[in-house]
Amino acid sequence: MMTSGIDLKYLTISQANQALNAGDYTSHDLTQIHLDAMAAERNLNSFITETPHRALAMAEASDKRRSKGESIGPLDGIPLAIKDLFCTEEILSTAASRALDGFIPSYESTVTNNLWNAGAVLLGKTNMDEFAMGSANVTSYYGNCINPWKASSGNLVGRDLVPGGSSGGSAAAVAARLALGATGTDTGGSIRQPSSFCGVVGLKPTYGRCSRWGIIAFASSLDQAGPITRSVRDAALMLAEMAGFDSKDSTSANLPVPNYVESLDGNIKGLRIGIPSEYKLGSMPDEIEDIWEQGRNWLLDAGAEVVDISLPHTKYALPSYYIIAPAEASSNLARYDGIRYGLRVEGEDLIDTYEKTRAAGFGDEVKRRIMIGTYVLSAGYYDAYYLQAQKVRTQITNDFNSVWKQCDAILTPTTPSAAFAIGDKMEDPIAMYLNDIFTVPASMAGLPAISIPAALNKEGLPLGLHVIGPAFTEQMVLRIAEVIEAAAEFTASPNINNIAAG
Amino acid sequence: MSIGATPDHLTGHITTRIGHRKENLLAGERDDWEIIVGLEVHAQVSSKSKLFSGSSTEFGAEPNSQVSLVDAAMPGMLPVINMECVRKAVLTGLGLGAKINLHSIFDRKNYFYPDLPQGYQISQFSYPIVGEGKINVDLLNGNSFVIGIERLHLEQDAGKSIHDQHPKKSYIDLNRSGVALMEIVSKPDLRSGEEAAAYLAKLRSILRYLGTCDGEMSKGSMRADVNVSVRHPGDSLGTRCEIKNVNSLKFIRQAIDFEARRQIEIIEDGGVVDQETRLFDSSRGETRSMRSKEEAHDYRYFPDPDLLPLVLEQHFVDTLKSSLPELPDAKKLRFIDFYGLSSSNADVLVSEKEVADFYECLVKAVIEMDIETEKEVIAIDAANLVVNELFGLINASDIEITDSPISSLQIAEFLKLRYDGVISGRIGKELFVDMFHSGKDAAVIVEEKGMKQITDTDEIESIIDKLILDHPDQANQYRQGNTKVSGWFTGQAMKATKGQANPQLVNDVLKEKLEN
Repeated sequence: MMTSGIDLKYLTISQANQALNAGDYTSHDLTQIHLDAMAAERNLNSFITETPHRALAMAEASDKRRSKGESIGPLDGIPLAIKDLFCTEEILSTAASRALDGFIPSYESTVTNNLWNAGAVLLGKTNMDEFAMGSANVTSYYGNCINPWKASSGNLVGRDLVPGGSSGGSAAAVAARLALGATGTDTGGSIRQPSSFCGVVGLKPTYGRCSRWGIIAFASSLDQAGPITRSVRDAALMLAEMAGFDSKDSTSANLPVPNYVESLDGNIKGLRIGIPSEYKLGSMPDEIEDIWEQGRNWLLDAGAEVVDISLPHTKYALPSYYIIAPAEASSNLARYDGIRYGLRVEGEDLIDTYEKTRAAGFGDEVKRRIMIGTYVLSAGYYDAYYLQAQKVRTQITNDFNSVWKQCDAILTPTTPSAAFAIGDKMEDPIAMYLNDIFTVPASMAGLPAISIPAALNKEGLPLGLHVIGPAFTEQMVLRIAEVIEAAAEFTASPNINNIAAG
Repeated sequence: MSIGATPDHLTGHITTRIGHRKENLLAGERDDWEIIVGLEVHAQVSSKSKLFSGSSTEFGAEPNSQVSLVDAAMPGMLPVINMECVRKAVLTGLGLGAKINLHSIFDRKNYFYPDLPQGYQISQFSYPIVGEGKINVDLLNGNSFVIGIERLHLEQDAGKSIHDQHPKKSYIDLNRSGVALMEIVSKPDLRSGEEAAAYLAKLRSILRYLGTCDGEMSKGSMRADVNVSVRHPGDSLGTRCEIKNVNSLKFIRQAIDFEARRQIEIIEDGGVVDQETRLFDSSRGETRSMRSKEEAHDYRYFPDPDLLPLVLEQHFVDTLKSSLPELPDAKKLRFIDFYGLSSSNADVLVSEKEVADFYECLVKAVIEMDIETEKEVIAIDAANLVVNELFGLINASDIEITDSPISSLQIAEFLKLRYDGVISGRIGKELFVDMFHSGKDAAVIVEEKGMKQITDTDEIESIIDKLILDHPDQANQYRQGNTKVSGWFTGQAMKATKGQANPQLVNDVLKEKLEN
């Protein structure tokens, strides 16, 4: 779609910023074209709430600043989508759960507040898995989000595909050019896996890099906000504004925020890239092996060294993740009791009200995880499950710590497959959980990791590569990611109306 | 619902007290029984804001007017530790001579109740901030004993459920939600209701000296969960019952006495005591079952992932240690050694820091004014004056010593007038009451009311001359050997001077006149 000379198909945040600065168009124009695209692609169900009035008001304020020469940086006037896990002042914030029916916060999350302070424009709140629990965006109370990509051949042709999850709406919106960038949150892969499925860039920063204040909690020791964008440079631009110490979050890192964009110099000569043998699954499709091999070669070509490494506790990462995350969730979600906010279903007495409210408020996957979490924390099971899982988590962290002596970063595939059809893997939660097999270890160790679109498979669906670095090495991780991005020359886009028309 | 029950394995049930006192045994129908008591005291930390939020902690505010987003457990809200509460917990630990743990962890204690918005209480489970310590307790009968402290940990208070405002609805006030409490767990070292009350009084005194808790039991700043069991002396410990939230010294005595008798009755009737949580009904003076062990919650404790482990520097602890004030035990010893006070007077004077300060201020002022009188005399006179006279007046007016209408300096001036012989002891009593009720200086009242002691020998001589002249019979009786009659003359002389004559001088003059 072309309006006011804006070609959404190839537009990135950094290009839009240049165009805005050059006066090619206004933030109002840019915002309006996105609002139109959102309206045209509502069938994707990537937004739970659209905020056109707020968006245009913010855009106008940005235009006013720019016209007075008071632009406040590269995100000024840039329309973004926000995952509905972030609390936004005076705007419905649901975590895609019925439990938060009608919940309108009186406060703004630190990360979104940082973005608005940087001049960004809020387009709306994106769909997601309920309370960020899911890998396909199929657990949302507001219905599935649909991946804008369609298979061009094979048995998925004609079927709607999942965008991945839990930040499925954000990844789909960015892929479908409904937003220039979006926020996501990642607990075990919730930024990286949907980014891989939707052919966009998704960065999970180091745990503690972005404040969790005002983000509806899933698993507090794992949750971390990050950007989903259409280029590595855009991810760097967004992270620079999202990140920072926040005294309101005790787990927030009190470290200065580096200039992430400046570190994108394309130079990875001499960097040692580790290839972990444990990530080579017997059941892995050839196309995943191939893209991994391709990524390895791209990095070699760019002057990096490649070393074989071992992360011996990898196979325990997923099972221990599915103890720790539900344990924390079972406690974090106790507050949704129908007493103070959100859904309340009146019962005969207090206990009945609790039971009816929570039975109606939570979907099956959330209930499953609350039950798992409650079980693993119960007297008599705590030591065998929760404590054991914490020990495994320490071992996983130790694996990474010792491997950093051999390599500077690690390259893996982001996911063990491309996007699958909506409805698949629904009967088998374990199969669904396996989506996160490559992303969970970095989450457990709190490490920064990024997914970069690398290629289309033979069915025409995007596949992502995954770079993991030591804590607080986002600059290096982004630099490596940009080298992969340049080598991959991934220019494909989903075949949908607002892009096809352009 | 009340919170803060310490799980079985943490109370330890290992008493540090060996042997038993005969007078502590309780006689049942058949046997003598020993009562075993342990206290879990919840003391509200004196801090302007809550343990994990910036909300005010002031008592008595409008319901739900001191509730932050964190206290109401709004989605996405996070706790941030209030270091002032940490400082006070460490100070308290030091005051209890306890081990300070440089590494402690906040855990979540999970249960559902409307006055617990998060669905969990943030507390400390396996790694409390303060470990073992001890408290020295003195009883009125002069006995003293040492009670072991098991631990002290920091935790959040819950809100308040109000059930009596509406026939069908309950209301919730979250003002208390998130207020910092120190849970101070004693070892099961207490052996009677009286001991438990004395222990709590001593603990309260220490906390008030330290300024870490105001100890206002009527406002809920201090309350105790009381664990009671009975056994035959020398046997292993019996099954205990926990009585929740007892909030006065009197109730603690009553609750323990009732509960011990109840348990003894059950056992002597061939029954078994059920481990359970009980409530104390103060209007009936009895305990009632609240929930049995089977109904007990599984609290699913786990480390709060929103909070990092609490790591303290040794330097932080050392600095606090050097700032510790003189505590009641040390002050009592000093009052006995330095001022020569009796143990019982010293006990009364040190029980409240304000009283001790008032007393010392008074003594120092008199010593400064009067270099003639000995320090010990001044100190003992001042102690008697404060303990007997001032406390009598203060208690009768139902005020605190800090609200005393007369200052320690005014009382010092009063004592100085006495030592200088300006007023007599008899006049003094009346004058002190006058001072208390008017707030005026002693010298002013003496002037106004002409209470000055007559020390002029000529004046007294002329009074006595007149008395002897008017009463020759009595004078003769004396001269014939009935010296007791001099008392009658003294009385008459005092009467004639409205009590203002110096009694010693009167006696001296009388003796001289009657014998010569």
